[in-house]
Amino acid sequence: MALETDTMTKDPILKVEHLSMRFGGLMAINDLSFEAYRGDITALIGPNGAGKTTVFNCITGFYKPTMGMITMRQKAGKEYLLERMSDFEVNRNAKVARTFQNIRLFSGLTVLENLLVAQHNKLMLASGYTILGLLGFPTYKRAVGQSIEQAKYWLDKANLMDRADDPAGDLPYGAQRRLEIARAMCTEPEFLCLDEPAAGLNPRESLALNELLRSIRKDTGTSILLIEHDMSVVMEISDHVVVLEYGQKISDGNPDFVKHDPKVIAAYLGVEDDEVEEVIEQIEEIAVVAPGDTQK
Amino acid sequence: MANITNTPESAGSNLMARALREAFYAGLVALGLFVLFVGLKTDQNILNELVLVQRWGLLAIFVVIAMVGRFLSVAFIRPYLAERKAVKAAAAVKEAGFVARNFSMIAVAVLLVYPPIMVALFGFQGSLKWVDNFGIQILIYVLLAWGLNIVVGLAGLLDLGYVAFYAVGAYSYALLSSYFGLSFWLLLPMAGILAALWGAILGFPVLRLKGDYLAIVTLAFGEIIRLVLINWTEVTKGTFGISGIAKASVFGIWSFDVSASNNFAKVFGLPMSSSYYKIFLFYLALALCMLAAFVTIRLRRMPIGRAWEALREDEIACRSLGINTVTTKLTAFATGAMFGGIVGSFFAVRQGFVSPESFVFLESAIILAIVVLGGMGSLVGIAVAATVMIGGTELLR
Repeated sequence: MALETDTMTKDPILKVEHLSMRFGGLMAINDLSFEAYRGDITALIGPNGAGKTTVFNCITGFYKPTMGMITMRQKAGKEYLLERMSDFEVNRNAKVARTFQNIRLFSGLTVLENLLVAQHNKLMLASGYTILGLLGFPTYKRAVGQSIEQAKYWLDKANLMDRADDPAGDLPYGAQRRLEIARAMCTEPEFLCLDEPAAGLNPRESLALNELLRSIRKDTGTSILLIEHDMSVVMEISDHVVVLEYGQKISDGNPDFVKHDPKVIAAYLGVEDDEVEEVIEQIEEIAVVAPGDTQK
Repeated sequence: MANITNTPESAGSNLMARALREAFYAGLVALGLFVLFVGLKTDQNILNELVLVQRWGLLAIFVVIAMVGRFLSVAFIRPYLAERKAVKAAAAVKEAGFVARNFSMIAVAVLLVYPPIMVALFGFQGSLKWVDNFGIQILIYVLLAWGLNIVVGLAGLLDLGYVAFYAVGAYSYALLSSYFGLSFWLLLPMAGILAALWGAILGFPVLRLKGDYLAIVTLAFGEIIRLVLINWTEVTKGTFGISGIAKASVFGIWSFDVSASNNFAKVFGLPMSSSYYKIFLFYLALALCMLAAFVTIRLRRMPIGRAWEALREDEIACRSLGINTVTTKLTAFATGAMFGGIVGSFFAVRQGFVSPESFVFLESAIILAIVVLGGMGSLVGIAVAATVMIGGTELLR
C-alpha cells in the first residue's frame, strides 16, 4: 500500500521498541513497538485499560518500563533514551512535553503564571540561578519580557488572553484543557504527548481543540502523540493511528486503514462467539498481506 | 395584596404613582387586618352586658399610618438606601482607604519612631521593657515566621522542626565568637549560610515525604539538634549553655562594652545605660526585617519563587514541565533555614546567652502558629499575627 512507502521515507521522532511494563502480576504493556514520525499527529487508541496511559507514563519518564527502549530523536539529530531519564529530564533535555488525563494545572496561580512556570528552566538560567535576578540584573528583566511575550503568543492561540490574570482553577473545563496544552507548549517541546485532550469537551470545544492542535503542528513543527477516545477527533486530525488492546499493538496505520481493520472492529465492538473463527481467518489474511504488521 | 416590586426600572417618574398604588394596597391590607381587632371592640356596659364598641377613628389612624409608612418607604427611603449602597460599593471598588493601602509604609514609619517615643514616654530605663521585651521580641518572631513562610507558605512543605535552624544560627554565633573571637557582622551571614547548609542536609533525606510524614520527620530533626546541643557537652557546654557572648558593635566603630574605650555612651558623653544597645538592636532587627521582606517579595517574582508555589499546587505537573523538584524543594528548605540562622545569631547577640532550653518544640509550634494565623504567604498578615501572639503573651506576663 501507499502507506508502506510513505512510512519508509518518513523520519521517526520517537521509536518505541519492545516496550513492556509489568505491575506485579499484571502485564500492562506487552512487547509494544511503534514509531511516531516527525511532523505527524500520531494517535494512540484502544479500549479502556489497554495500557495507553501507561505507555505515556513510560515515554515521559513517570514510569520506568520493565523492558524495552524508547528513543527520541531531536531535529538536530541528538538521540535520547527516554527510559533511562527521570521525568523532569525528559522534558528539560529531550524536549518531550505532556498533559494529563485529569487536568493538572497550578490552580491557585494565575493563567499567566502557569505559563511562566513552564518556562522555569530558561528563566532560571537567565536569572543566574536567582542570584543575578535578585540583584536586578538587566539580563533577567529582558528574559522575563521574552517569556511574557511567548506566554502571550500561546494565550492568544489558546484563546485565553482575556483570562490571563484569573486563577487557573477558575477557568471552565474546556479552557483548562487548552491552558494545559499551552503550558506544555511553553516548554518549547519537539514532541508533545496529549493524554485525552478532548475528554469532557463539548463538540464546539472539540473543534477548537482540533484547530489548536493543527496550528501547533503547522506553526511550530511539533510532532504530537495523543491518546483519545473521541473518534471524531482521532479520525479528523491524526495522520497515523496505533491501536492497543491488552497492552499489545493490534493495528498500526493511517486512520482509514485502522478504521476498517477487522481486528480493531473486533476489539472495539466485540464479536459473537460464532464469528470468532471468521475474524481470525480475516486477520490471518491481513497478516499475510502485510507481514510487517505482525509482532509475534 | 401589597405587591412588592423591587425592579429598578420602575423607579423614576412613575415612582410616585407606584408609591401611591402600594400605599393604597397597604391601606387595604391594614384595613382588612385591623377592622376586627381595632375597629370593633367587645366591652361590658354598666349592666354587665356585652356590647360592641365601634372605633372607626382609631381604625382610620391605623390605616393612615400604614399607608403613609408604605408611601414614604417606597417613594423615599428605599431609593435612598439603594443609592447609598451603590455609592458605597463603588467606593469600595475604587479605593480601600488610606490606611489599608499604605499599611506597610505606615507600619514601618511607626516602627522607626517607636524607640524615641518610648524613651520620651518612659525614660531610658523605663523604655527597656517596651523596646526589648516587646519590640525586639516581636521583630525576632516576625523574622522567624517570614523564614518559615517560605517553606510552609510558599513551597507547601510542613516543617515542624524549624527551630533547629534557629538553634544552628544561635550556636554558630555563640561558638564561633567565643572560640575564635569573630565579629558579629562576619558571623551574621555566616550563621545564615551554616543554617542553610544544615537545611539542605536535613532536607535531602526527607524530600520524598509529603504532608504529615514530612511534618513528623522534621519534628524529629528539630529534637535531634536540640539533643545534640544538650549532650555534646565538650563543645556546647550542654544544658549550662554558653554565656558571655560578645555584643554586637555599630560596624566596629562604636562598641557597647562598658570597658571598651570606644563605648557608645562614652564617645557621645551620654550617661551610662543599657538601653542604647537595645535601641541599636531594635533598629538592627528592623533592618533585617526590611531586608527579609525585600528578599521574599523579590523571590516571589523570580522563577524559583514561582516554582515553589507551583510545587505547592502540583508536584507532578512541575516535573512534567522539566522542573527539578528535588533542588527546588532543597532551595526552599535552605532559604527558610538561612532566615532562621540569621535570626538565631541575632537572638544570641541580643540575649548574650544561649542554651538548648530556648530551642524546644514549643518555639517551632509558636512560629508555625504565627504563619498559619497570619495567612500563609502573606507577609503583612504574618507580621500582624506575630505582634498579636508575642505581644499578647508579653502583655499577659
